[in-house]
Amino acid sequence: MSEITAEQVAHLAHLARIDLSPEEITNLAADLGQIVESVAKVSQVATADIPATSHPMPLTNVFRDDVVVPSLTVEQALSGAPARAGDKFRVPAILDEE
Amino acid sequence: MTDLTRLTAAELAAALADGSVSSVDATRAHLDQIDAVDGDLHAFLHVAHDAALAAAARVDARRAAGEALGPLAGVPIAIKDVLTTLDMPTTAGSKILEGWVPPYDATVVARLRAADLVLLGKTNMDEFAMGSSTEHSAYGITRNPWDRDRIPGGSGGGSAAAVASFQAPLALGSDTGGSIRQPAAVTGSVGVKPTYGGVSRYGAIALASSLDQVGPVSRTVLDAAMLHDVIGGHDPLDSTSLTDAWPSMTGAALAGLADGALTGVRVGVIKELAGPGFQAGVTARFTETLALLTAAGAEITEVSAPNFEYAVAAYYLILPAEASSNLARFDSVRFGIRVDPDGGKMTSEHVMAATREAGFGPEVKRRIILGTYALSTGYYDAYYGSAQKVRTLIQRDFDAAFAQVDVLVSPTAPTTAFTFGDKLDDPMAMYLGDVTTIPANLAGIPGMSIPIGLAPEDGLPVGLQIMAPAHQDARLYTVGAAIEKLLEAGWGHSMLDQAPALARAPRTATTVQGAR
Repeated sequence: MSEITAEQVAHLAHLARIDLSPEEITNLAADLGQIVESVAKVSQVATADIPATSHPMPLTNVFRDDVVVPSLTVEQALSGAPARAGDKFRVPAILDEE
Repeated sequence: MTDLTRLTAAELAAALADGSVSSVDATRAHLDQIDAVDGDLHAFLHVAHDAALAAAARVDARRAAGEALGPLAGVPIAIKDVLTTLDMPTTAGSKILEGWVPPYDATVVARLRAADLVLLGKTNMDEFAMGSSTEHSAYGITRNPWDRDRIPGGSGGGSAAAVASFQAPLALGSDTGGSIRQPAAVTGSVGVKPTYGGVSRYGAIALASSLDQVGPVSRTVLDAAMLHDVIGGHDPLDSTSLTDAWPSMTGAALAGLADGALTGVRVGVIKELAGPGFQAGVTARFTETLALLTAAGAEITEVSAPNFEYAVAAYYLILPAEASSNLARFDSVRFGIRVDPDGGKMTSEHVMAATREAGFGPEVKRRIILGTYALSTGYYDAYYGSAQKVRTLIQRDFDAAFAQVDVLVSPTAPTTAFTFGDKLDDPMAMYLGDVTTIPANLAGIPGMSIPIGLAPEDGLPVGLQIMAPAHQDARLYTVGAAIEKLLEAGWGHSMLDQAPALARAPRTATTVQGAR
C-alpha cells in the first residue's frame, strides 16, 4: 500500500523547490497515493535477472571535433534573464545567514 | 478561385513550383483562415502575420529570379510552442516562460527556414507537454474542430487542430508518450513519431529526454513524409541524434501510393491493445481496416506483447523522474519569470521556490513531485529501477513481434475525443488513455497515426496506429500511404472533407492570452 502523507509531499516539494500551499499539499498527497499505487505494479515483473534500460537507442562516446564555433553573445545569453547586472545574471543572495 | 487552405502541402508545393500560386497568396489565405476561426478554436498561442508574409514575399522573389528552391519552399507551417524560435515567443504552454523569446532556433526550426517554409506561428499545448488533452495549457484550452466541446488531444492539440481546421497544411509536434499520434487520431489528421534520434531534439524544451521525439503533423501521409525529409537527419548539436543515412520518406510514401503496395506485407495485430476498455466504434473501424488490409493482400497475424500491461506504469515513473530533473532549469535566473516570496528571506532558494509555485500549473507540480519521489532514497530501486527493467521487457516484446511481422497496428487511442473536464480531476484516468502510444516511446521505435473513419456512436474520428522497427520509418510511410489511399477510395473523399463547418469567430488580441 502506497500511503503518501502530507509531510512527505511537503518534504518532496522542498527538495523540488516549489512552495506548495497547504491545499495543494493535501490534494497532491491524495493524487500521489493513487498514482503510486497504480505504477507500483512495475515491481511484479522487474526481476533481478533483467537488465535496466535507460536509453532506447544506446550510443557511446558521442564526440564532436574540438573546433571553436559561434556561440551566444553576452547580450543573447542575458536576453531572457529576469534580472541582470552589467554582463552578468543578477541573483538573490545564495546563502541564508541563519 | 481555389481555396488555397484546402490543398494538401504536396498540392500547394506543386502549384508554387509551377508559378500558378504565390507563397504570399497561400500564406495570406492561411492567415485569413486563422483570423476567421481561431478566435473559437484557439490552436495558436502566437501568430506571426507580418513576418510570415515577409518570408513568403522573399520566397516568391527568389523563385521569380529563377533560384532553385526546395520541394516545400513557400508552404506555410505551424510550430508547436515547445520548439524554440528566434523571432517568436516560446512558452511550452507554461506561465513560467511567459513572453520568453529564445536567443536561438531549434534545429528543426532552422531547417524549416533553410528549406524556405513559411512559419505561421506557435501552437498551443499542455504545459511542458504534460497531458493528453491540451487542457493543461496555462493559456487556455484548444477546441477540437470536429466538436468544439471536445478535446483536440494532447499534448500537441494546437498543432493537430491547426491542420485539421485548415489553418495550416503542416505543423511540427513532439511526442513523448503519444503527443503527436493521439491528437492526430482524435482530430482526423496524420501524425508521425520518428525513431528516437531520427529528428534532432536541439531546441525542443525537454520533458523526458529518453522519450521525447519531434515529428510531422499533417493531413496526408505524403505531406508528413515531405516534412520528415526536411527536419530529419543527423544533428551534431543533439548527442542522441542518429547518424543513419535515411532513405527518402517522400519516396517511401509515393511507393505506398502505387498499386499492390500492401501485397505480402506482414501486419501484426497486438492482442493486448484491443478488447475491453476500447470504445465500440474504435474497435469497429479498426476491425474493418484489418479486413481492408487482408483484401489488399496483406497477411494479418495476431501477436502478443505480454509486458505492455506494465507500460503505462513504467512510463509514469520514468517520465516524471526525467521531467523533475529537466525542469530544474527553471530556476528564475536565466530565463522566464521571477517571483519574490511573500516575506521571509530573499535568498535564491526561496525566490526559486516562489517562482516555481507561481509559474508551474497543477499537472507540472504533480509530475515533478512524483518524479522527485520516484528518485528519492529508499524508493529508487522499487520504482525507477523497476520501471527501467520493464522498459527492457517492452523492447523484447517488440523484438519478438517484429521477428514475425513487418509492421504492427493498433487503434491509436482507446476512445474518440472526450469532452472537456472528463478526466481533468482523475490523473490516472488521463494517463491510462496513453496505453496504446506509450510502448513505442519506451522502445524508441517509430509510430504513425492515420484516420480510418468515424465512430458510429459519436461521429468522431478514429485513428490507426502503425509501428515499425527502429530505423524503419520509411516502412510507416509506405504502409500508411497505401492504407490511406485504400480508405479514401472507399469513402470517395478525404477524412477531413467531412469535418463540420467551423464557427466563424474572429481572433482578437484578447483571445490570445486567455488565462486558465
